[in-house]
Amino acid sequence: MTPENMTPDLRTAAPARRHVEHFVADFSETPLQATDKVQEDQAPLSLWGEAWKNLRRQPLFLISAFLILVVVAVSLFPWLFSGIDPASEACQLANSDAGPATGHPLGFTQLGCDVYARVIFGTRSSVTVGLFTTLGVLMIGGITGALAGYYGGWVDAILARINDIFFALPLILGAIVMMQLPVFRANRTAWTLVLILVTFGWPQIARITRGAVIEVRNADFVTAARSLGVSKFGSLMRHVMPNSLAPIIVVATISLGTFIVAESTLSFLGIGLPPSVMSWGNDIQSAQASLRSNPMPLIYPAIALSITVLSFIMLGDALRDALDPKARKR
Amino acid sequence: MATYILKRFLQLIPVFLGATLLVYFLVFSLPGDPIVALFGDKPVNEAVAAQLRAQYHLDQPFWIQYLLYLKGIFTFDLGQDFSGRPIAAVLGEVFPVTARLAVMALIFEAVFGIIFGLIAGLRKGKFFDATVLIASLIVIGIPIFVLGFLLQFTIGVQLGWAKPTVSSAATVQDLILPAIVLGLGSFAYVLRLTRTSVIENMNADYVRTATAKGLSRFRVVRVHILRNSLIPVITFLGADLGALMGGAIVTEGIFNVPGVGNRLYRAVTQGEGPTVVSIVTVLVLIYVVSNLLVDLLYAWLDPRIRYDA
Amino acid sequence: MSSAVQFWEQGSDLERPLLEIKDLAINFRTSHGDVNAVRNAHLTIMPGETVAIVGESGSGKSTTALAAIGLLPTNGRVAGGQILFDGEDISNASEKRMIELRGSHIGMVPQDPMSNLNPVWKIGFQVRETLKANGLPSGPDDVAEVLSQAGLPDAARRAKQYPHEFSGGMRQRALIAIGLSCQPRLLIADEPTSALDVTVQRQILDHLDTMTTELGTAVLLITHDLGLAAERADKVVVMYRGQVVEAGPSLELLRNPRHPYTQRLVSSAPSLASRRIQVAKEQGVESTDLLAPTEPVVVEEALPEDVLKVEDLTKVFKLRGALGRSTDFTAVDNVSFSVKRGTTTAIVGESGSGKSTVAQMVLNLLAPTSGKIVFDGVDTSTLNSRQLFAFRRRVQPIFQDPYGSLDPMYNIFRTIEEPLRTHKVGNKASREKKVRELLDQVALPQSAMQRYPNELSGGQRQRVAIARALALDPEVIICDEAVSALDVLVQAQVLNLLADLQSNLGLTYLFITHDLAVVRQIADHVCVMEKGKLVETGSTDDVFDSPRQDYTKALLNAIPGAHLMLPPEVATA
Repeated sequence: MTPENMTPDLRTAAPARRHVEHFVADFSETPLQATDKVQEDQAPLSLWGEAWKNLRRQPLFLISAFLILVVVAVSLFPWLFSGIDPASEACQLANSDAGPATGHPLGFTQLGCDVYARVIFGTRSSVTVGLFTTLGVLMIGGITGALAGYYGGWVDAILARINDIFFALPLILGAIVMMQLPVFRANRTAWTLVLILVTFGWPQIARITRGAVIEVRNADFVTAARSLGVSKFGSLMRHVMPNSLAPIIVVATISLGTFIVAESTLSFLGIGLPPSVMSWGNDIQSAQASLRSNPMPLIYPAIALSITVLSFIMLGDALRDALDPKARKR
Repeated sequence: MATYILKRFLQLIPVFLGATLLVYFLVFSLPGDPIVALFGDKPVNEAVAAQLRAQYHLDQPFWIQYLLYLKGIFTFDLGQDFSGRPIAAVLGEVFPVTARLAVMALIFEAVFGIIFGLIAGLRKGKFFDATVLIASLIVIGIPIFVLGFLLQFTIGVQLGWAKPTVSSAATVQDLILPAIVLGLGSFAYVLRLTRTSVIENMNADYVRTATAKGLSRFRVVRVHILRNSLIPVITFLGADLGALMGGAIVTEGIFNVPGVGNRLYRAVTQGEGPTVVSIVTVLVLIYVVSNLLVDLLYAWLDPRIRYDA
Repeated sequence: MSSAVQFWEQGSDLERPLLEIKDLAINFRTSHGDVNAVRNAHLTIMPGETVAIVGESGSGKSTTALAAIGLLPTNGRVAGGQILFDGEDISNASEKRMIELRGSHIGMVPQDPMSNLNPVWKIGFQVRETLKANGLPSGPDDVAEVLSQAGLPDAARRAKQYPHEFSGGMRQRALIAIGLSCQPRLLIADEPTSALDVTVQRQILDHLDTMTTELGTAVLLITHDLGLAAERADKVVVMYRGQVVEAGPSLELLRNPRHPYTQRLVSSAPSLASRRIQVAKEQGVESTDLLAPTEPVVVEEALPEDVLKVEDLTKVFKLRGALGRSTDFTAVDNVSFSVKRGTTTAIVGESGSGKSTVAQMVLNLLAPTSGKIVFDGVDTSTLNSRQLFAFRRRVQPIFQDPYGSLDPMYNIFRTIEEPLRTHKVGNKASREKKVRELLDQVALPQSAMQRYPNELSGGQRQRVAIARALALDPEVIICDEAVSALDVLVQAQVLNLLADLQSNLGLTYLFITHDLAVVRQIADHVCVMEKGKLVETGSTDDVFDSPRQDYTKALLNAIPGAHLMLPPEVATA
């Protein structure tokens, strides 16, 4: 502090009731920085890049991503994980309810089938239904939701009513009713299930997309693009959709888990995949009868199912934390 | 407020009509003889088939069929099931049981979800919060029928704390375990919703202002944080009542609860189309009405809504 | 620093300070470790005195004030120094002690009236609980009394209403009522009026002054506006990057700023600058240094033509009421004005005046209900889509919110390149060259090209928005509150940039703003709008020197610091 700075200014003609000092901080301690200088010490980072950087550090994300990779690998190449192909090797009643044995780490079902092999080979139907239902739901729900949110007006009004109607019929109930139809009853495959789950699953994604699009559509950068001469549809595709993706991705990831649950629930109820198709839901249902004497054939597919569903839900949760713009600002 | 109620009510009419029309269309109007379809895997009994054709007015044009079906719903004339009992009487038996189960589940998820969510929110980032968050994810991740079997097997069979299946009277005591199973998923959701909402409100400007007024911490939490946080939670709970009743099919199957879901499941496996349609229609009606009630509740809880409408 | 602190203690033999902050340091815990938000802060408030802390966003002014009432965010803590309230160190006081002090000894009036009242409780309830918590009588009459003292008419009935039934100004009165209801000795007012319209601002501040004077309450006023601080406070403390850089009697500080930051602030604050222009004109001083209105850049032409003409422009919105009934709301009512090429025309008005609706219609983003907009001799409503596309090249907008006007998914290069691509200008290489030139023009480093908007500050984003607007070499730029969200110094920089660009490129600006102080600095012509109507129009000098309408007079009168006597030479910083 230099003496000059400390000198009180006695010429001050302030109307204050008492003498007030004029304090000035030492310039060297309070250096003036260039107004509004661009920070150049860090590498540029896009929003997705930043989200990825955050994700990589989240244990929840790492665990769930690893589990999902394993599940996907098992469903693509089940024979790599089990030496027994339950489809070609008949179950032996002699092994009924037997415990673990060499080459059969998880024991046998009441019908003498290898539990481990069935769990491994049952993965595919769950993942197929979950994945393709999610894709279908994203297509239908995403498109209708985006159009309703972006164009508003009567498009929105009509789509909103249709949406409400489908919402009034919960997923499982709707699927039960639809499975009553002769067409579907005769062809119970993974694809029929996908079709039915998409029919009753799209409204949720449509709502989320609509909300996300409405939030973005009035942003100044969209107006700016419009006044640059970008067409209305062009700004939807180039500006609105990319900025609405985050919540849609989060909900779609979580939905994938719930569709897998829905498939196994329907199979469990006996109206999903036919018993001839290997699936966790079917296995759980057939193991139900011998629950008290031999709970293991029920427990293992249930664990596989739970871990798969949990991975997708955990991934969704991790993505929400990484992509949520509100969380990012804090 | 009156206009708001009226407006919401009017909005629900097309939803109900649309949903019932959808159900009706799916069951009775797609290719194939619906009456034959109603018999499912059983051989077709021509006498019953003729009776059903008349009962569902299948000789009439589609719109007349639908309107007569609607009339049936509102006059509780829902026809008969395969054993010849009026479906209305069957519903009268099973609905109270499911309603009891759903209300118990709702109380369970509301009380524990809100308490745990509030504590977790107030202690954001602490040990309790982290534990509860992970636990709630696991609960959401495990399918309800897996949870059901797990609890039935451990608590019911091995520990013997509760009866693994429900008696035909379905008393409150019988229903405790099924109600917990039914409510667990929503409990985790209520917990997370309360937590998020509490955290959001804790950072709200008006909470800081309330503190600056000299209010005690307890009062700030109760009057300002909790009261505001409950708005979305109560809205969810209201809508969940309808969802719980419709979603009880799995739980009721596991615990053998003589409720709507169980009856619906039997109707499905035995191919009793008319019973399925009637039950689903009533469930849609309950869902729609509970949503109307939620809207009113929401307007009552949040004064801003009443005037925005 | 120790000698300076002693300095501040000299006054204490006269009277004990009510609040004394010494060497205060505040840290925030973040994911990157502790961040220091305030250091070496010191200030003294004597009983009944008004002290203002002035600073830009992030300067630590609010943090310092919140520390004094124990309301730091949960990740913040006092890391050093003392906060003495009436001699008692409260920097680490127990929560119990703070609850005793809050309300009855230290009150607070927060910044944003929209978010500071709990939306689900009636106003009366929120006043009553304050009285009750501090052990004062809290019957309906007491509540009404408190509210009516804060200038709320019909208080007994108003107490039964919810916050959303109140206007912004009324809410702020309710918040002032709450802050002063227990007659605290110190009131912390954190930007108490910055969210309000200027005319309301003035009324509220006047009333706050009257009340605190009557009650003998000391006020700690937090503000970003040096003019406002000087007008309202006995003493001003300037904070910059977490430190107190200068403090002293208000007028002394304005007349004789010593720290370079204060000097810049004094020369840039729009309210002061506009006041200086006024003083300079009155004294006949040529105000060349001041950010004076740029002369119309008309090089060869004898008379500038009207590039934009708005005739009888009207916009009626249908507001949907209950049950399909709809009411008409006239947002813009029969507005006519014209803009000469190469000049700046400002449309000034408060919220709801319809000024932004006019901008939207001029940009052809909203169709007028009646009337027409003639751009370069052509009625813009008659354009077909190809002509409209061509029109878009010639008229470009810059919006208010620097956080909303750039697509967060686009990097700066793509953002500025988008107009060129859309209009298929040049090839990839020539477009890149053009983007580089544009970045130079707005004084941004070319290294910023690969950055994303979230990595830039508000002012930098606004420069990018300017570069994007300039990409197609437009003739007219519509600035819709383009500098309102920026800090004072940054605002001055952007205004300078706009002025330079205008004189270099011959641009025409239509400048939409609520801030008359800014208008004085940049505009040649002013249109004043009130509730959809154009109430006054004329050259900037005419409107400022001899306003004809009461509304214009009220607006001018509401510029903070309008009554300060400032020598024009202060600006030489």
